[in-house]
Amino acid sequence: MTEPPMLLRTAGLTKHFRIGGAFSRHMLHAVDDVSISIGERQIVALAGESGSGKSTLARLLARLYKPTSGEILYQGKPLSAARSRSDLLRYRGDVPMVFQDPFASINPVFRVSHGVLRSLKLHRPELSADQRREEAERVFEAVGLSPAAEVLQRFPHELSGGQRQRVGFAQALALRPKLILADEPVSMLDVSIRIGLLNLMTQLRDEQGVSILYITHDIASARYVSDRLIVMYAGRIAEQGPSEEVLASPRHPYTQLLLSAVPDPRAPLTIGAETDRGEPPRVIDPTPGCRFRWRCPLAIDECSQVTPELSELAPDHDAACHVARSGAEVKAFG
Amino acid sequence: MSSGSASEPVLVVRDLSAEYVTDRGVVGAVDNVSFDLDPSEFLGIVGESGCGKSTLLFAIAQLLAPPARISEGSVAFKGQNMVGLTDRQLAAVRWKNLSVVMQSAMNALNPVKSIGAQFKDAMRAHGVADKAHIADRSAEVLRMVGIDPVHLKSYPHQLSGGMRQRSMIAMAMLFTPDLVIMDEPTSALDVVAQRSLMVQIKELQDELGFAVIFVTHDMSLVSHFSDRLMVMYAGQVAEFGPTRQVFDAPQHPYTIGLMDAFPSIRGPRVPLTGIPGSPPNLASPPPGCRFAPRCPKVMTRCEEEPPELYHVNGTLVRCFLHADGEAGHD
Repeated sequence: MTEPPMLLRTAGLTKHFRIGGAFSRHMLHAVDDVSISIGERQIVALAGESGSGKSTLARLLARLYKPTSGEILYQGKPLSAARSRSDLLRYRGDVPMVFQDPFASINPVFRVSHGVLRSLKLHRPELSADQRREEAERVFEAVGLSPAAEVLQRFPHELSGGQRQRVGFAQALALRPKLILADEPVSMLDVSIRIGLLNLMTQLRDEQGVSILYITHDIASARYVSDRLIVMYAGRIAEQGPSEEVLASPRHPYTQLLLSAVPDPRAPLTIGAETDRGEPPRVIDPTPGCRFRWRCPLAIDECSQVTPELSELAPDHDAACHVARSGAEVKAFG
Repeated sequence: MSSGSASEPVLVVRDLSAEYVTDRGVVGAVDNVSFDLDPSEFLGIVGESGCGKSTLLFAIAQLLAPPARISEGSVAFKGQNMVGLTDRQLAAVRWKNLSVVMQSAMNALNPVKSIGAQFKDAMRAHGVADKAHIADRSAEVLRMVGIDPVHLKSYPHQLSGGMRQRSMIAMAMLFTPDLVIMDEPTSALDVVAQRSLMVQIKELQDELGFAVIFVTHDMSLVSHFSDRLMVMYAGQVAEFGPTRQVFDAPQHPYTIGLMDAFPSIRGPRVPLTGIPGSPPNLASPPPGCRFAPRCPKVMTRCEEEPPELYHVNGTLVRCFLHADGEAGHD
């Protein structure tokens, strides 16, 4: 597969939060030294358990948080160089966010047209009122909310969860985005509705040419939609590469654990699979070493002393694991 | 349709209906559900939000509070009909013989009391006064769910989500109940913690022999754990049968649709369709089959009269496609 042109890249992106009182020295390392890249017309899935830093990473990319260190490069240019309000506005229009909870992310007192028309007015001031309305109808049709003219007139409470989440995507789409940051967009929806939203994401990629960062803890849905997969653990990237390649031959013990835990009704029963010791990772003032070592059955001395770096173990397939890098076969779980 | 055991069922639910009385009329949330549950059986109940699965659980546990009420039917637990019992009569049964594990352990546990103090409360409420016995039993149940007894002194916020949910389950085990009712106990956990909790529940059940009713929206979760599976749609049983059979050969178009809505982690990547549309408004359900508006195999008859549950190879299916089977209850 030829690599699509690069759209967004991060270099050593790091976000630490101070926790406790104002004089506390304790730092929570939410995102540590993360370097990812997202190509044009690409769906990148970011998977990991709760607390792994995946939402923090999305908020860093959306400029809702300022990074502690590291850099985001958008279309080759560092974001920290963008000073003017119009540069920032342009970035926010190019890289909008769709949130997890469709019940909380739409203003309940306005018709659903309100949000779309407002962001059109802000981000595309060249449009006339009629053009804005046409554009709103176009994006509503594009996400499968039809008849658009009628749906636009409804209030959020008149829509189902799946429809509201489509409104979220329509609002993002109205900005003619390059990259949509979708933070667990389907996790609040019922299973029978979910797949429609996942199909919508691939459709937006194929027909509208947008890239999507799909944040999820559901690795099966990640496989279903994504071109690339990034697995995060405790604020760091554990493994990344083309989705099928990573899932077919996972190199990091954590990826293997994640995969072994996915219930698959089509597969025969395997209760025998090891259940892990389930110790949550320590991300407050972490010491050097692999953050997965407490749960890892393969941990060696090096793992508690040296933080493993991502290294390429197969073409375009990286993992941060000392054991895997030593060339040994990693078979920790499943 | 019992699973072959000769003993008396621990729970017999007959024609159970529950409704919510609202300003705009009565909403039937559970419609005519019947089943028997054998001792040490694991029953999975799955369905989408609003299908009535939680209302059914609450109706079984006699926990419905206004505006919800049981409108019809009976729930016999070990031979005793629980519908209409007073709180005092129920108190003797609750927790001792029948315990409930709720969806959110963070909300179910008291945040200002240590885990041990909450265990003690439950035991004293049921007349256990011996301090040494309380301490021993508390430590024992915590060890059973794989938590170090030092955490009896911990407060809920000091435990991880998985540990909180485990301690809820430990608390449900205090009196070695005959029936444990679980309402999505794993839905707040990530997939790894979910898996290990499920394995733990199954191990405890094998060891102690209680029956489990496990409600979830994720049918793949119970696929390897439940003996029988009940698929609910819009307040009714859509399909009910042995779990493996429901998974291997789903009969109801809704069950088939649900199965096709899960992307698989293995095998070829195939495009899936899900189920178009959304569940009906239960204040005015469709006159015929409640799934008819979304059904890919809908016939004229489906829109006119409601289907019954029909027997098909040991499975009950509410669908006219299987109307040649004998109509019947559990």
